[in-house]
Amino acid sequence: MSAQVLTYIFVGLTFGLYIAIAIWSRSGSTKDFYVAGGHVHPLANGAATAADWMSAASYLSMAGIIAFEGADGARYLMGWTGGYVLLALCLAPYLRKFAKFTVPDFVGDRYYSQTARLVAVLCVVFISFTYIAGQMRGVGIVFSRFLEVDIDLGVGIGMGIVFFYAVLGGMKGITYTQVAQYCVLIFAYLVPAIYISLMLTNVPLPMLGFGSTVNDGSGMFLLEKLDGLTQELGMAAFTEGKKSTVDMFFITAALMAGTAGLPHVIVRFFTVPSVRDARISAGYALIFIALLYTTAPAVAAFARLNIIDALNETEYQALPEWFSKWEDSGLLAWVDKNEDGKLQYRGGAALEPAKPIFSGERGASGERLVSNEVGASTNELYIDRDIIVLAHPEIAQLPNWVVALVAAGGLAAALSTAAGLLLVISSAISHDLLKNTLARNLTETQELRWARVSAAVAILIAGLFGIYPPGFVAEVVAFAFGLAAASFFPVILLGIFSTRMNKEAAISGMLSGLILTTSYIVYFKFMAPELNHAEHWWFGISPEGIGTLGMLLNFAVALVVMRVTPPPPEAVVNMVRGIRIPKQAT
Amino acid sequence: MSQKDQQQPDTQGSRAPVEDLARKAADEIGHQAYWRANVRTLLSLLLVWFLVSFGCGILWVDALNAYSFFGWKLGFWFSQQGSIYTFVVLIFVYVFQMNALDRRFNVDEDR
Repeated sequence: MSAQVLTYIFVGLTFGLYIAIAIWSRSGSTKDFYVAGGHVHPLANGAATAADWMSAASYLSMAGIIAFEGADGARYLMGWTGGYVLLALCLAPYLRKFAKFTVPDFVGDRYYSQTARLVAVLCVVFISFTYIAGQMRGVGIVFSRFLEVDIDLGVGIGMGIVFFYAVLGGMKGITYTQVAQYCVLIFAYLVPAIYISLMLTNVPLPMLGFGSTVNDGSGMFLLEKLDGLTQELGMAAFTEGKKSTVDMFFITAALMAGTAGLPHVIVRFFTVPSVRDARISAGYALIFIALLYTTAPAVAAFARLNIIDALNETEYQALPEWFSKWEDSGLLAWVDKNEDGKLQYRGGAALEPAKPIFSGERGASGERLVSNEVGASTNELYIDRDIIVLAHPEIAQLPNWVVALVAAGGLAAALSTAAGLLLVISSAISHDLLKNTLARNLTETQELRWARVSAAVAILIAGLFGIYPPGFVAEVVAFAFGLAAASFFPVILLGIFSTRMNKEAAISGMLSGLILTTSYIVYFKFMAPELNHAEHWWFGISPEGIGTLGMLLNFAVALVVMRVTPPPPEAVVNMVRGIRIPKQAT
Repeated sequence: MSQKDQQQPDTQGSRAPVEDLARKAADEIGHQAYWRANVRTLLSLLLVWFLVSFGCGILWVDALNAYSFFGWKLGFWFSQQGSIYTFVVLIFVYVFQMNALDRRFNVDEDR
């Protein structure tokens, strides 16, 4: 059977499964809808958290980034998993004991301020929407590449599926579909990785395989060979970083603190029965996450090797079949700079600007011509990093069913994260904005109806973002972490670990962190992008890492302000003491 | 904002106020000791967290890369594999230490 037919079958089967789960786990109350009744088994919550946490970016893009950045890619690996440790140790158990429904609930109650609650609602909605736009786009891309469906229709189908189980099932439906989605996505990620690891090194586990010797008879270690090849071709050695230590440090820290403050992941810990369950389910979740995160760098190294091997110094006509397929979708481009009819893959950018603009004509060898300026380097290959995960099974000539599996896995990763984010948006609107602020006399049934309505509206908006992606989304998503790090993380952390922390300190801290981070990013990204180089940055910190400085400022301002302003009310201090002790007061 | 005060301050203090006050004070002292032990546990685990990721994975990565670990340069291995394995271990150590702490201070949840 062709890969496309198999893809239809796999995607159809998994979607059928998600719908069946949604029907089985309908929500009857707001508690079901917001936190799945608080009855989720820690193991199930662990799998759901892992699916929630690992987005289209983790699944589709991360290995690609590492493949082309080598050692520098570690900032995502450490940033996203290390942030999880912060969440599990410093936030999750206490927020579970707090036992409410949302993150704005905590901010509003802890800082006894409706203003703080509303600011939290705004931040949650902003972070979630920027994040969700990328997920819906990911759904559209998988559909269009594998099923040759129009990208807009693909987004539409994705919206329909999420609509079904998020609106019907709320958190309960989402939790159990996320468990299924985790199984699909991890299986789909590991199978090709294991295959390729066996092909290159004879070692079945990819996380060990990429530290082993290649089986081409040379007896060289795989990374040794890859380092040699990349340097020979005038690229940076795979295991050497190009970013400065300061910048790596700050970016990693911003990613860590930012992920620890992501509302859709925090809220997952409200769904387990007890504090003890919250702790252990964080452990399960990190095991599930680590399976993918330790495999990703192996996939990256294998792919880089395979690509050099398959393409470099090959004549266009002799290139493998997948080359022209991905060339047609614009993810690959070749410019025959030295007119020898062979592809030279070297260091440096092939094109100027970097992304190809196809002229619609064909060149002497039959390649798609581009109208870009050719870059100064001798490199003739443009290669989009998203190709690594999507095309690697074809590059490694794996069977068709593995290719089809990867598509189903990509959809699972994007849909699970999108659903988690939608729920956070819907509960921020129906619970925090309506029930706790504007319409306090809402009945349970009315609140549940509003939750469903706002989930439905949020899906529509998210779908529109996917179909008409605003140009700034890509820029903003990378910085959503920085903003979360500079605003939420310090306020939640100090709210738990300091009884002296008060409203004034929280608001002034958040504002100073946000203002510093936003203005630095806006300045370098939008106002003066031509100055966005290391020599103009403060202390060598790129806009990607400035969230860490914003976070430090937030902490500093809060710690000073709380000492010169009145302490919080007695009831709030008691609440903080309460969330520190697992046992319910008797 | 109504039932957030889960400490239950003075609802059942009517019959034997002195005993209740004494029990509450004892609880309070126990809870403070528990919290200090909790924070100590956290800090030691976060120290490891910092040393492995920011230390071995970023600050000392070049120095560690001089050593090889199976087929990896050591610093590279820490930043792309070792730190993640350590994170998993850290969370489980945390779970076991905290559960033990809960029992020792008698603040664990009843099932």
